[in-house]
Amino acid sequence: MSETALQRDVRRQAAWYTRGPWVSILSVAGFLLFWFAAAEIAQSRLLPGPVAVIHYVIHESLHGDLVFQLGITLWRVVASFVVAMIIGSAFGLLMGQVPAVNRALDPWLIVLLNLPALVIIILAYIWFGLNEAAAIGAVALNKIPNVIVMLREGARSLDPGLDEMARAYRLTPWSKFRNVTLPQLQPYFAAASRTGLSLIWKIVLVVELLGRPNGVGFELHLNFQLFNVTAILGYTLAFVAVMLAIEYLLVQPLERYTTRWRNKPV
Amino acid sequence: MNDTQRAGATSPFKIRIEEKTHIGADGTRLTAIRDLSLDLKPESMTVLMGPSGCGKTTLLRVVAGLDDDFTGEIDMPAHSRLGFMFQEPRLLPWRTVRQNIELVAAPGFSGNDLENLAEAVGVAEMLSRYPQELSLGLARRAALARAFSTEPDLLLLDEPFVSLDERTADRLRRLLLDVWSARPTTAVMVTHNPREALLLADQLVLLAPRPTHVVAVETIDMPQAERDTKMIDVLHADLSRRFPANFAEL
Repeated sequence: MSETALQRDVRRQAAWYTRGPWVSILSVAGFLLFWFAAAEIAQSRLLPGPVAVIHYVIHESLHGDLVFQLGITLWRVVASFVVAMIIGSAFGLLMGQVPAVNRALDPWLIVLLNLPALVIIILAYIWFGLNEAAAIGAVALNKIPNVIVMLREGARSLDPGLDEMARAYRLTPWSKFRNVTLPQLQPYFAAASRTGLSLIWKIVLVVELLGRPNGVGFELHLNFQLFNVTAILGYTLAFVAVMLAIEYLLVQPLERYTTRWRNKPV
Repeated sequence: MNDTQRAGATSPFKIRIEEKTHIGADGTRLTAIRDLSLDLKPESMTVLMGPSGCGKTTLLRVVAGLDDDFTGEIDMPAHSRLGFMFQEPRLLPWRTVRQNIELVAAPGFSGNDLENLAEAVGVAEMLSRYPQELSLGLARRAALARAFSTEPDLLLLDEPFVSLDERTADRLRRLLLDVWSARPTTAVMVTHNPREALLLADQLVLLAPRPTHVVAVETIDMPQAERDTKMIDVLHADLSRRFPANFAEL
């Protein structure tokens, strides 16, 4: 009897600290503490502590052009993302639904999947010049095969029963797409966007490093030559913060909204 | 709109299928239907009964225009509206019950009509729920409401009451009769349950095993509302004697 009371107690305790953001906050605090301790022990210009880095970020956003550089990079991320999602979805859906198209394009897809990002970027700059379109195109081209693979899976898993329902009730093609097809693809879009954003922003930095006169990647390159680790960590931290904000303030709420029918308890 | 509906309702539906063949994944040809001919009387309930796997569902899909790959013809008025109740409810899980109905409803079907229909089938309280929150019985009711919301010229029902417990199934059969008598339309139902067939049918069509064709058409004159268990027993005994192959399954 006392055992069950104890078990209940343990369960209540577990419920207390898994509720709310406590675990996440504790985890982030642990990381900062570790970083702080490491920097204190190292006492090196090459490993600045969190205080110095945060101070740099604040100072550069107020007096430097950190905000401008972040904005430029963010715009490139968004542009590449939109281009990659539109082109990738179109091809993915087509390949998932028409086996002949899939057979024809599959070798291309495999080549593209295995082509290193760096090769695509270098060739894009050589063939199309050191310009914005080449940069964004090269990033998008790196992401497109992933989008194709996921959306092709989505198109293959469409429920034939619902398709039959839509045809029996004579839905118009647009109505069928909006009400029957698109909601079934939603998880695949969500997965493609999630992995897409993180992959794209990393590649955007490489593109900026190799051939753009501004952006976070350009700044990282510059500060690498100056061995300014505080600036490198500062820019990284600032951009990670932007991506986290996008994830928690944009992507997750949107996903909760589009899957609200699934979250309801029975 | 009423005019076209009346025109649709008075001209009979004619089904003539010379041959319907499936080609399996391994390339084998399987003839599901051969020389099947059937006329549907307007505003009557035709029930198709046959051994399982005889191609009843295939037949419904051909009649619904979901499968064009057959020889023969389906003669029905142009622009006929269709209501289809599948074996599973097949509601869109990401749309509420109300949205599921509105999506397919006939052009003139008002919010008021929708609520009346929902009231009649017993899902009035469920209109703002998502299908996953409903029991199978309630989801079937919602699917029934959806089928009637198109104000169909032809209502197709593919074993709509399977995998329900007998009491729920029986309640839904009575419900179907009520809603159908209030909104009469030509209906075709597929079932392998002889009692269900005898309760609902104006015209009972017995089908042969694959490749299927019509074995016999029995007309049951008594109105559905007046049929009781005893009468169904008598009919059942009589038909079992005359068509042992079709009634052996029970």
